[in-house]
Amino acid sequence: MAVVLILVFVAVASVLFHLLSPWWWTPIASNWQYIDNTITITFWITGFVFTAVVLFVAYCVFRFRHKPGNRAHYEPESRKLEFWLATVTAIGVAAMLTPGLFVWNQFVTVPKDATEVEVVGQQWQWSFRLPGANGKLGTSETRDVSADNPLGLNKNDAAGLDDIIIEGGELHVPIGKPVKMVLRSVDVLHDFYVPEFRAKMDMVPGMVTYFWFTPTRTGTFEVLCAELCGVGHPQMRGTVVVDTEADYQAWLQQQQTFTQMMASGEVPAKN
Amino acid sequence: MVNVPSSIDDTIPLAEVEDVELYHPHSWWTTYVFSQDAKVIAVQYSVTALSIGLVALVLSWLMRIQLGFPGYFAFIDAERYYQFITMHGMIMVIYLLTALFLGGFGNYLIPLMLGARDMVFPYANMLSYWLYLLAVLVLVAGFFAPGGPTGAGWTLYPPQAVLSGTPGGKDWGIILMLISLILFIIGFTMGGLNYVVTVLQGRARGMTLMRMPLTIWGIFTATVMALLAFPALFVASVMMLFDRVLGTSFFMPAIVEMGEQLQHGGGSPILFQHLFWFFGHPEVYIVALPAFGIVSDLISTHARKNIFGYRMMVWAIVIIGALSFVVWAHHMYVSGMNPNFGFFFATTTLIIAVPTAIKVYNWVLTLWRGDIHLTLPMLFALGFIVTFVNGGLTGLFLGNVVVDVPLSDTMFVVAHFHMVMGVAPIMVIFGAIYHWYPKITGRMMDETMGRIHFWVTFLGAYLIFFPMHYLGLLGVPRRYYELGETAFIPASAHSLNEFITIVALIVGAAQMLFLFNLIWSLRRGKEAGGNPWRATTLEWQTPTTPPPHGNWGKELPVVYRWAYDYSVPGAAEDFIPQNQPNPDRLSMENRS
Repeated sequence: MAVVLILVFVAVASVLFHLLSPWWWTPIASNWQYIDNTITITFWITGFVFTAVVLFVAYCVFRFRHKPGNRAHYEPESRKLEFWLATVTAIGVAAMLTPGLFVWNQFVTVPKDATEVEVVGQQWQWSFRLPGANGKLGTSETRDVSADNPLGLNKNDAAGLDDIIIEGGELHVPIGKPVKMVLRSVDVLHDFYVPEFRAKMDMVPGMVTYFWFTPTRTGTFEVLCAELCGVGHPQMRGTVVVDTEADYQAWLQQQQTFTQMMASGEVPAKN
Repeated sequence: MVNVPSSIDDTIPLAEVEDVELYHPHSWWTTYVFSQDAKVIAVQYSVTALSIGLVALVLSWLMRIQLGFPGYFAFIDAERYYQFITMHGMIMVIYLLTALFLGGFGNYLIPLMLGARDMVFPYANMLSYWLYLLAVLVLVAGFFAPGGPTGAGWTLYPPQAVLSGTPGGKDWGIILMLISLILFIIGFTMGGLNYVVTVLQGRARGMTLMRMPLTIWGIFTATVMALLAFPALFVASVMMLFDRVLGTSFFMPAIVEMGEQLQHGGGSPILFQHLFWFFGHPEVYIVALPAFGIVSDLISTHARKNIFGYRMMVWAIVIIGALSFVVWAHHMYVSGMNPNFGFFFATTTLIIAVPTAIKVYNWVLTLWRGDIHLTLPMLFALGFIVTFVNGGLTGLFLGNVVVDVPLSDTMFVVAHFHMVMGVAPIMVIFGAIYHWYPKITGRMMDETMGRIHFWVTFLGAYLIFFPMHYLGLLGVPRRYYELGETAFIPASAHSLNEFITIVALIVGAAQMLFLFNLIWSLRRGKEAGGNPWRATTLEWQTPTTPPPHGNWGKELPVVYRWAYDYSVPGAAEDFIPQNQPNPDRLSMENRS
């Protein structure tokens, strides 16, 4: 009997914990509300199945536990029942997968008007690069990384000369405009992760990765590294500020271009 | 619904080969140490796996202390923390779970359940264990090497794993880890080929494939998978070893490490991830399928009822095994691989949910209208159902590519895989040990200690890992030595971490009670007799218990029925052993 009560308790307590616990996702600050919705659908379906299975087991133990003289029913299989259970399960799975794939299609389709912002990871700090007046990021190469060219920009590429370099500082992005985060690493794997944006992606040395989002709320958000990158992994933090357009332009004016940085002959201080 | 099988006697063929003489040991050394008897090898595998598992348990305590009470022990610095998580993960997945299920249960149960005298290649079987032991020793040597063991995380992702920012990256740690894996795989291959050939060629007369207990189906399928999956890890290990030792660049692109240009260039870190997960995902099922098989038999035996839908259960095992080779990149949704792969891998991954769900339904439908004996194995089986369903369902979050994006690399993932491939299979391991201990030793394990062990372990593990999902949902990343000041993480999350740590210490302590019971019952346990659970499968029908070398005395058993003739209407007892001839054709298998 204790077994039955404890099984019922596990099912009920799990549901109550889900409904009452203070630990829930951070308030969203991007367009990926769809992701949250898909998680919500998944919670409903899986929560129902979990509760149903555990309560069914509890009932079986209650009803069919051994008593002297009992004998089990003999029934090797029931194709009909198995067929129906498989069908219902397949429908439940499809109900989670279908919205998931639609949202994924949006996730991998970067809007044409998205502004490119480059993030470069290295042990254990973040750097950023914005396109300059020409609206294009210049090419770069890990081999070109040096003390006076920490992001490895190609000095012979005219498109890169007006790029804005922010090393170890804050990244600002304007609210309401889609941003394509172009991700690069010069040493090991990192992962650009802002919980409020929901989206994240690994940065892989030797290749360029990306994801996109549209900021929907102004504020200051903490960047974490979400891919183990050595002993400094938990300290690899950064800041993204979502600005109004006016604030963003004001901030942008104060930033240094690649040409200015090379001319000044000194690297912006690392933090 | 009830059909009488067309002909039972027709399914008993003559023996295809003569009963061959086994190698007979001549000394204590060849009987108990360099033994070629699968049962002795099974015990050797199990004891070694449980011993190294104890190390992993202590490591998990140390990690949890750091997470719950950061800085409480000064010696747990960031380097050591990462070394602890790496070794904990690797030990649990490979050196404990894989070795115990296949090397331990596989060796003990395959010959006995199939009515064979031993594995078909006893000498290779012996070598398999000694290579496994060597692999474990090399692994442990990492703790004593300069620089300590590797701290690259159990996934060993390059380039980080072989660079100086990672503990053991430029020292011996990563080298010893890779060598240990290589040794393990060589050893496993010897054992694995043995299990497969024994299942295919060594069965008793009448033991058709579709009469094998699900335990054997689970172990057999998992072994076939392991033979196909481990080579991917093998080559990945060799390639990374070359990158580290010989300066090749399989996985190493151009890298600037701490301001210095390295000599590497042109390699692909993602290639390693594909190889690793081509092994790593089947590995989940290499652990899960034997657990599925064993728990089916535990439930059936202790509910005195045939497993519901045996044929469907067999096919589900085989289908899950096959599908598990086309889902590996669901571990890599945010790895930077071409995102269009996400559509394919999310679909295959969620399809696996269907055969898996069928297995769950059939377990609970076996309980339905059963005669449930709440023995220790049954309790652990119930614990398995709860934790496996919980962990399996959270897999639907992580498998669904877009839902994975916010949750990947958070504590949600940690909670998910611990529930589904940590707690759930370990529930089965405990249930199985309580179940087969009487056959191995001739004595029962102590019931009271067992019940305390079960309740603390089951409820404790659930209390550890269920709330942990919500930390991940909140956004707490995994593999963080310390959270420090993070704006979005409330103070209550730290309280939850403290709570989880305290429960983890208690659950760990309960395992000491289990180990004590294991040893105590060797001499003090109740005499078990040959078939204490009144089970149908062949291992319970041996002439003597524990079974001697050669298992069966003079005559090999002949099998007349499937493994699940429990509570057959009209039969005198509520079980009919597989080797009992049945002139009245009471069995209702093979209804087609």
